Amino acid sequence: MSETSEIQLPVDKPLEIAGRVYQSRLLVGTGKYRDMMETGHAIEASGAEIVTVAVRRTNLGQNPDEPNLLDVISPETYTILPNTAGCYTAKDAVRTCRLARELLDGHDLVKLEVLGEEKTLYPNMTETLAAAEELIKDGFKIMVYCSDDPLLAKRLEEMGCVAIMPLGAPIGSGLGIQNRYNIRLIVENANVPVLVDAGVGTASDATIAMELGCDGVLMNTAIAQAKDPIRMANAMRLGIEAGRESYLAGRMPKKLYASASSPIDGTFF
Amino acid sequence: MQVQVNGEAMELPSGATVTTLIDQMALAGKRLAVEVNEDIVPRSQHPGFALNEGDRVEVVHAIGGG
Repeated sequence: MSETSEIQLPVDKPLEIAGRVYQSRLLVGTGKYRDMMETGHAIEASGAEIVTVAVRRTNLGQNPDEPNLLDVISPETYTILPNTAGCYTAKDAVRTCRLARELLDGHDLVKLEVLGEEKTLYPNMTETLAAAEELIKDGFKIMVYCSDDPLLAKRLEEMGCVAIMPLGAPIGSGLGIQNRYNIRLIVENANVPVLVDAGVGTASDATIAMELGCDGVLMNTAIAQAKDPIRMANAMRLGIEAGRESYLAGRMPKKLYASASSPIDGTFF
Repeated sequence: MQVQVNGEAMELPSGATVTTLIDQMALAGKRLAVEVNEDIVPRSQHPGFALNEGDRVEVVHAIGGG
């Protein structure tokens, strides 16, 4: 009789952003879901601990009985990451962050994104840098959505951004990681967490981002617009974990030709 | 007096405060943030913050987004 002993896998160090520790490396958005219930269930299935929200005008004719997003995604349970989506100037982004901080009782972790144009939603990096400078001066902790330019990514880190979040592909495109080489360069040069933000379409895209050494991935559409968002949220959770483990394990070198897995010695034919 | 709330004209009694406005919008007790003429009005100051004719007020909350 032999005792079955469980293999002890080495423990990974958790993701740390602005001095706070997170077990999950998947960050999710709350947009484009069918309803608030689906949002809540998908986020639960994703295992995410950091959840993005947008800041918008309350509708004048709003139904007062409609549930508030922050009642479903409670700031006591999740780290709420307000974004500056829809902002095309540094000024609008700074205003949005200040409103978000007031909304969340002084919570100062924000996702800064300043967009350049509607077709690609590519970041306007000049305005992003200007907004980051002002917000950091004002005490905000900034996770910054940016282009996948290694030099700009480094500059944002040096300015004091707490996480660098290059796009993998345009927001909502689901095209996957388009420039792996740049993402890898950004990761190699960084001393703060690097997260791919935008462009992931399916679980293997998230895995690729993690295999490149990213500290996490932020996504919204890939889950919300899947046929079954709750199941996709779970797939993303697994994809992120697989990619992280694969990165830590260190993949085998790629070879041009085959290399047999079964020994040649001892063949009887 | 008339103020601009979230881009639309709104009639308020003279002497109205941010709290008056929030009550009139049926948003009392909701988690929201208020900006008057592009400056934040902290929640603690809502009851005492008097609005003036022509003020531009933004009342915002969190909604779904990435």
